[in-house]
Amino acid sequence: MTGLAMPKPDSETMRRRDDIVADLARIVPGEGVVDAVNEMRAFESDGLTAYRQLPLVVVLPETVAQVSSILKYCNDRNIRVVPRGSGTSLSGGALPLEDAVLLVMSRFNRIIEIDFPNRCVVAQPGVTNLGISVAVQDEGFYYAPDPSSQIACSIGGNVAENSGGVHCLKYGLTANNVLGIEMVLMDGEVIRLGGKHLDSGGYDLLGVMNGSEGLLGVVTEVTVRILKKPDTARALLIGFPTSEQGGQCVADIIGAGIIPGGMEMMDRPAIKAAEDFLHAGYPLDVEALLIVELDGPKVEVDHLIDLVEKIAHRNGQTTCRISTSEEERLAFWAGRKAAFPAVGRISPDYYCMDGTIPRKELPKVLAGMRELSEQYGLAVANVFHAGDGNLHPLILYDANKPGELDKAEAFGADILRLCVKVGGVLTGEHGVGVEKRDLMGEMFNQIDLDQQMRVKCAFDPNHLLNPGKVFPQLRRCAELGRMHVSGGKLPFPSIPRF
Amino acid sequence: MTTFLPFTAADVASAVEWVLSEEAPVEILGHGSKRGIGRPAQYEHAIDLSAMSGVTLYEPEELVLSAKAGTPIADIEHLLAQNSQQLAFEPMDCSRLLGHDTRGGKGGTIGGAISTNLSGPRRLKAGAARDHILGVTVVSGRGETFKSGGRVVKNVTGYDLSKLMTGAWGTLGVLTDLTVKVLPAAETETTLAIRGLDDETATAAMALAMGSSAEVSGAAHLPYGVTERVASDLRGADAATLLRVEGFGPSVASRVETLKTLLANAGRIEELTDRGSRELWREVRDCTPFADGTARPVWRVSMTPSEAHKMVLALRMEAGADAFYDWQGGLVWLRMEGEPEADLVRRLVRQFGGGHATLVRASSAWRAAVPVFEPQPAALAALSARLKAEFDPKNILNPGRLAAGVDSATLAQATEEKTS
Repeated sequence: MTGLAMPKPDSETMRRRDDIVADLARIVPGEGVVDAVNEMRAFESDGLTAYRQLPLVVVLPETVAQVSSILKYCNDRNIRVVPRGSGTSLSGGALPLEDAVLLVMSRFNRIIEIDFPNRCVVAQPGVTNLGISVAVQDEGFYYAPDPSSQIACSIGGNVAENSGGVHCLKYGLTANNVLGIEMVLMDGEVIRLGGKHLDSGGYDLLGVMNGSEGLLGVVTEVTVRILKKPDTARALLIGFPTSEQGGQCVADIIGAGIIPGGMEMMDRPAIKAAEDFLHAGYPLDVEALLIVELDGPKVEVDHLIDLVEKIAHRNGQTTCRISTSEEERLAFWAGRKAAFPAVGRISPDYYCMDGTIPRKELPKVLAGMRELSEQYGLAVANVFHAGDGNLHPLILYDANKPGELDKAEAFGADILRLCVKVGGVLTGEHGVGVEKRDLMGEMFNQIDLDQQMRVKCAFDPNHLLNPGKVFPQLRRCAELGRMHVSGGKLPFPSIPRF
Repeated sequence: MTTFLPFTAADVASAVEWVLSEEAPVEILGHGSKRGIGRPAQYEHAIDLSAMSGVTLYEPEELVLSAKAGTPIADIEHLLAQNSQQLAFEPMDCSRLLGHDTRGGKGGTIGGAISTNLSGPRRLKAGAARDHILGVTVVSGRGETFKSGGRVVKNVTGYDLSKLMTGAWGTLGVLTDLTVKVLPAAETETTLAIRGLDDETATAAMALAMGSSAEVSGAAHLPYGVTERVASDLRGADAATLLRVEGFGPSVASRVETLKTLLANAGRIEELTDRGSRELWREVRDCTPFADGTARPVWRVSMTPSEAHKMVLALRMEAGADAFYDWQGGLVWLRMEGEPEADLVRRLVRQFGGGHATLVRASSAWRAAVPVFEPQPAALAALSARLKAEFDPKNILNPGRLAAGVDSATLAQATEEKTS
């Protein structure tokens, strides 16, 4: 992947850079255009820091009209555009291109409306995920999807990536919590999908926009569902001697009809890293540590804690603690939430993967990972959204050692292949971006990919918006549109016809 | 007229290839329980998926089920119930409301439920059909078989074409296999019926309940008179504002108390439990108050919950209409006394916060005369038409069913409007 091939820069665009900068400055007056190399450095990568590229120019519009004008301007002149929210993508979704305008949405940072009777918030796309919850917390409400980067990531970026978080098992992903958006197409057209009502009517373009990774349009407004905070939340911290037992416990909890607010698992290396870092009181003699959080009315939580404890016992837990206070609940979570920095402390660099697997395959996948770990000579620690099968292996490596990044990436690719092989997928919540782009063929055949690209053609026929992301190979829309009809003979005799 | 009765996905692909070579429109059918919805169109051929039936994967502990598109919803719900699970979006059974074209009393197929995205009362809390679809295999109008999604809940690998197929009414491709998320069914349920509220007060009461931590999973309002038209334990004709609480026994009891305290001053409260509650919500889901055996126009309107009753009030100034509400007020079922009054209904929906109105039931003459589905603004209609063309370039799959905006003729029209 380090030899990542990006679309060849357009020499005509590169040559006209000065004109483009001047034209953009007319569309976005004031300090809306950044073209000095030292100032553009801040935008040269996103959360996937292994890749860096200076953009052609950075533009920070403030109004929908400006976004529309910029896109229309670029569309008319065949200039590529890379949209960016807060730049926290872990898959390189906002990686700039040398010949592309980087369209940064961070100045769209206002909450437009809070509507408690209809339980929704209308926000500009640059508002942070946490910013929405904070805006409504005094009335006891919150916005449910909670990606780990929620303090920084923008709601517009959440839509682009269909972000998840630890609560999405019970409360859904971004796509399930967004009621409507306003967006601008590459040709400058402004359209609205959905609103404060349910179901958008017409084709579910809102569903397609969620997780479209900035390839279909630029979101300029988002309406999200907010929920009343549960009365109480309590957690169990349960240790198991084997990952099989931990996995079976998860299956049994769900089999009993319980959907916990959060259900996270860590393996031994991750437990040790977290404990060494935070001293959260995690047991060090277990192979799998499970955090189960139950939320809701107090009687429900008490009832379910009891049930979960029994299920854990049946599955051979060797340690089980139940939080008795809010402080204790947060202490249980502290280690899990700090797992990434904790691993970062024991290794110069780590590479975070994001496959999803059918839960029952966990032991097989963990065993496969151990083998790969030996084969590549790199350690791996695992944190796992156990309820929905979303696995985050953290591969430990040292970027200063020659060849080690390549090795980590090859290891990561093998893990994802393993996920797909057992019936899972390449990415659960981080997106394809540039990172998993060249692995798409592991999951989809050419017909599948072509049909996805045809969706792109309906939105952006010239492939100008965020090219080089998601699809391993871009095919021209005219070519994709060709039909090969097989001459009119009914090629099968077996179907009953009447 | 050729009707194909395919048994396998490969048969479907062959049938579409043949239709493609004929360049003739084809109707895509399951049980036909929703056949009466949409613009009436003439199709030369049909692909009947009802023989493609069967659950191909069901893993209760993984909350996942895969089935062939023609599998009856009833079979799936029966199987799920054996494991105390359910399709949480409560797919609507249209057969009673539309009253024709059903087969052996079966309430539709899973393919039909997904293709139409008609979700029931729990949509408010648990999401729509589109929120429960995980993966699909589809034969496009190009005759090509593609897949999207998978069998896991968390998946952002590529565009979510599964959602796009949901609610596309068979105009983008023929679903052959699909995988859905299933969820535990509630151990128990209780419905509170607050009696005698007018629409405005009921809307406020529902908002109050939904904004509480009682986790209400159904909030509907049956105005005076409508109440009599549901077969339930509700007594008398007084309006009934219904709040459903589902879950584990102790939790339901506690949340019911929370709601009673919260709404103590709202009015007389009756309680329906388990069977009585389930039957009542099934009637709300299937719009049985308007299942009167006639073809009088029935609208299904989705709009901002707090605005809906204002729209209804304004409508009644100009036309005779019966109404009841689901989804905290945000889903309005309207039965018109006379004509559909499409322009009036849609103008008022726009005036009161926007949304979309579907003429779910009307004579074929009316469905030919007025847009059944909400017309879209030009830019959006053009985008939808481009998308349709990318999936079905020869416009052979259920052409014209969605009416304006999504076939090549209307693309031309939309483009014309834009340039003129």
